Amino acid sequence: MRNIMAFIVGGLFGAGLLISGMTDTLKVQGWLDIFGDWDPTLAFVMGGAILPMAVAWRFVEGRKPVLRDHFDAAPDPKVGRKLVVGSVLFGIGWGLAGLCPGPALASLSFGGFGGIVFLIAMLSGMLWAPKLRAALD
Amino acid sequence: MPIDWIMGLLGGLLIGAAGAVFLLVNGRVMGASGIIGGLVDRSGLGNWPEKAALIAGLIIVPAIMTLAMGIKPTYLTDNLLVVAIAGIFVGVGTRIANGCTSGHGVCGISRLSLRGIVATVFYIGAGGLTVVLFKHVLGII
Repeated sequence: MRNIMAFIVGGLFGAGLLISGMTDTLKVQGWLDIFGDWDPTLAFVMGGAILPMAVAWRFVEGRKPVLRDHFDAAPDPKVGRKLVVGSVLFGIGWGLAGLCPGPALASLSFGGFGGIVFLIAMLSGMLWAPKLRAALD
Repeated sequence: MPIDWIMGLLGGLLIGAAGAVFLLVNGRVMGASGIIGGLVDRSGLGNWPEKAALIAGLIIVPAIMTLAMGIKPTYLTDNLLVVAIAGIFVGVGTRIANGCTSGHGVCGISRLSLRGIVATVFYIGAGGLTVVLFKHVLGII
């Protein structure tokens, strides 16, 4: 049952990315292009997505999830080197291609050969990340 | 164009609804890089069917929608070297930072997590500088 829900969640996520235009790399780069023809769409997407999530977080305290006996533990709140270095590296890649992990998968069926190259490169990067993470500790 | 903003808001609400369901029903945080990366580096194989099911939905539903409605495709650059380097940076970076736009951006900021806010400031800042440098200065993208 959890797996069926996860499929539905993935589908909603993908539909949202597609409808919002976040699988369109030009729109994402347009958001980042503050000195060019700036496109504020991403702010609306972020705002729209944060709204239901902010409500959901209010229901977590003192309760259990419907299909599980506990919620994911909150991550270590430390703001450290890994968070900053990792986010900067991510931002560089995001700016270069206009794709982040969710839209890279959501656009796989229509993103062409370049989309497949991006995905393979991203998966390779994820495979190497634990070694770099250890070096930053 | 305002219609794009409305579509952005609607799509964003769907993304947030997906994250809310995953949190309140499955008890998990919907972060794309964690879900994918946990399978790739085998650190998150404990619930691999759940992760695989989410990824399947994330690929299949947009595939059906584009077939049915003919939504315009992506405009990824033809420069495959840039695409490959970008992909490696996104993969490495999101895993070192332990989150991406969905995990830090949507799920983190919505719970007022300092980590989520700091990560988002840095990846948007780095992304903005990258576009300025590679588009306006070097003219590569």
